[in-house]
Amino acid sequence: MIELLSLSPPGWGGNLLRGLLHSLEIAFGAFGFGLLIGLGGACGKLYGGPVLRDLLAVYTTVVRAVPELVLILILYYVGTDLLNKASEAMGYGRVEISGVAAGIWVLGIVQGAYATEVLRGAIKAVPSGQMEAARAYGMPPFLMLRRVTIPAMMPFAIPGLANLWLIATKDTALLAVVGFNELTQETRQAASSTRAYFTFFLAAGALYLMVTLLSGSVFARIEAWARRGQPSLRKAAT
Amino acid sequence: MTMKAKLAAGILALAMTAGGALAEQVKIGIAAEPYPPFSSPDASGNWVGWEIEIINAVCAAAEMDCVITPVAWDGIIPSLTGKQIDAIMASMSITEERMQSIDFSDKYYDTPTVIVADKAVDISPTPEGLAGKILGVQASTVHQSYAQTHFADAGEIRVYQTQDEINQDLAAGRIDAAQADSIAMDEFVASDIGACCEVKGAVENDTAILGLGVGAGVRKGDDALREQINRGIAAIRESGAYDEITKKYFSSSIYGS
Amino acid sequence: MTALRAWLLPHRIVMIGLFAALVLWCAFALRWDWIPKYAPLALEGIWRTIWLLVVTTVLGFLLAIPLGLAQAVGPWYLATPARVFCTVIRGTPLLLQIWLLYYGLGSLFPQYPWIRESELWPYLRQAWPYAVLALTLSYAGYEGEVMRGAFASVARGQIEAAQAFGMPRFTMFRRIWLPQAIQTALPTLGGETVLQLKATPLVATIAIVEIYAVASRVRQDTFIVYEPLLLLAVVYLVIAGLLALGFRKLEARVPVKGH
Repeated sequence: MIELLSLSPPGWGGNLLRGLLHSLEIAFGAFGFGLLIGLGGACGKLYGGPVLRDLLAVYTTVVRAVPELVLILILYYVGTDLLNKASEAMGYGRVEISGVAAGIWVLGIVQGAYATEVLRGAIKAVPSGQMEAARAYGMPPFLMLRRVTIPAMMPFAIPGLANLWLIATKDTALLAVVGFNELTQETRQAASSTRAYFTFFLAAGALYLMVTLLSGSVFARIEAWARRGQPSLRKAAT
Repeated sequence: MTMKAKLAAGILALAMTAGGALAEQVKIGIAAEPYPPFSSPDASGNWVGWEIEIINAVCAAAEMDCVITPVAWDGIIPSLTGKQIDAIMASMSITEERMQSIDFSDKYYDTPTVIVADKAVDISPTPEGLAGKILGVQASTVHQSYAQTHFADAGEIRVYQTQDEINQDLAAGRIDAAQADSIAMDEFVASDIGACCEVKGAVENDTAILGLGVGAGVRKGDDALREQINRGIAAIRESGAYDEITKKYFSSSIYGS
Repeated sequence: MTALRAWLLPHRIVMIGLFAALVLWCAFALRWDWIPKYAPLALEGIWRTIWLLVVTTVLGFLLAIPLGLAQAVGPWYLATPARVFCTVIRGTPLLLQIWLLYYGLGSLFPQYPWIRESELWPYLRQAWPYAVLALTLSYAGYEGEVMRGAFASVARGQIEAAQAFGMPRFTMFRRIWLPQAIQTALPTLGGETVLQLKATPLVATIAIVEIYAVASRVRQDTFIVYEPLLLLAVVYLVIAGLLALGFRKLEARVPVKGH
């Protein structure tokens, strides 16, 4: 059993780690892409015009009601199709999209909808006096976002973002269904090639769990850092 | 240029620099699942098997720069039409139905279809022999079409995404029988896990459904690539490379008549 | 009336018009001729999805109550396993859990002849018991965490008052703890149930023919890429919308603290 998990062939441990690396790469990219969308979406929902607000409402509602698996399939085919059409129209010929890039695109759109809601809530939780003060000083909107809104909302956003990051790591498993070589897919191939199902599925579970627990402690630190100088808001929180 | 447009252009440019330079490569799609002895991943992450060697030989003979790209089997035709891959060489039978969506090269192998079941169970490859039994077939294969046409009234048909899952569930006793390609099944019953089972015989041929052998799928109208692959297949048949690879895996020819 | 007026804002009317045009375009420009042939299968699939959703949320919720209670007030030998269970379930992908149960357990069972000969075998060889088990455990893991918070938030004074009245422990649980905890947890229940709905298509990977699998089948049979997926997304939107409506009605019937 240990031999099966050893890092060099004939062990499959190396494959699992490679899969984990792919999973983390996609999760990290998707989380970042999602944050970008979320920041834009939250600002749009809070300060945008009525049309933008309605469009964003449709986006967040649809993404949060339709299973990720279905969205992944739709976005995977639509995304690559559109990109190819766009580049062909621009005369570049077709574009090849790596599995990682496609995964980031697909999961990023899904993450963006949740991030929009998290960040919107966090921005709303910032005392309005702080932003009014910035505006009174004539601070331009972008500078205000960077200097006031984002730092002030961080403590409120981090628990939600931590949760989103965990969802991102776990959602990468869904890409197995489209045939990406992330951790779950590698695990399944190792398991079915060696017939040692329990060994490999448990090993992969342990890897995922490790990522979850590690991220938990990292986010706890980030939260403590973001809250520095703030009186403790929730002393009973666990 | 607005912020968004800049960003979109940037992403597009990034995606192109990432892959654009390699646009002359031919991406050969295979099914991302173990399908021994044709194609399966080994512990170092490489794909090995008869079909993989044939792909490499065909590409070498036709002077193509091929990249083997694993894709989920049930999305393999959309991946081809969506241009994520350029050709399919994944033991795909040439059928009328598929020819409505894609074009095929000449065949590169052709084997009969068999029914496999537990040694202790009395099953024969006919509708009567399968009455009341659960038959496993792989989704979007000729076996699924065949079973649904010929065996649907006899017993229950359970559809799986990969052949490997069928083999597992057959060994685990969750299905009574499986219908699949004879070579893949020979390999299965010779393996440890397949020791439970034996080949019960070939099903009656129905070329309208079971097709005319296995060929490489290409996008409709991509005649240049189709002919290039045809040249490659003809060349390795001629040079003996085909037989040499076959000898490593099988005791007799699998090209068919 | 205000709700109706909100829909009649000028920009909304234009957007609704555009949306209607989009729907019309989809209806006429895309291929829908496969629908009549697959409609019976699709209805069966929707029914199976809803069945899975209802059975696993109910069972999962029942399991979440002891899990939450054990973590909130239980002794350490109950609290620790409950906590580990919730952490493991929430820390690993559901897809992996489903495959572990189906392929892992499933490959163990047939090695024991007595299992193969037992009365249970006809059930164990099917896929749905594994799907129900995996989805139930998953729901229990997430909701158990919510219930832990809910049980912990019941005011101590109420428990003390009940104790002072000499109320038996079980009555206290049934009359005071449970109703209040459920009331606290109710607003999250709707969201968790929608998440559970979104988890159901994963069981299609173990050959259960629910609505997602039906859509896959259509795609595989006809090689139509987008249309079945679009219709599938609409089906899930409708089910999620009905769930949200149902839970809103339910919440309105239960008085909420502070309102």
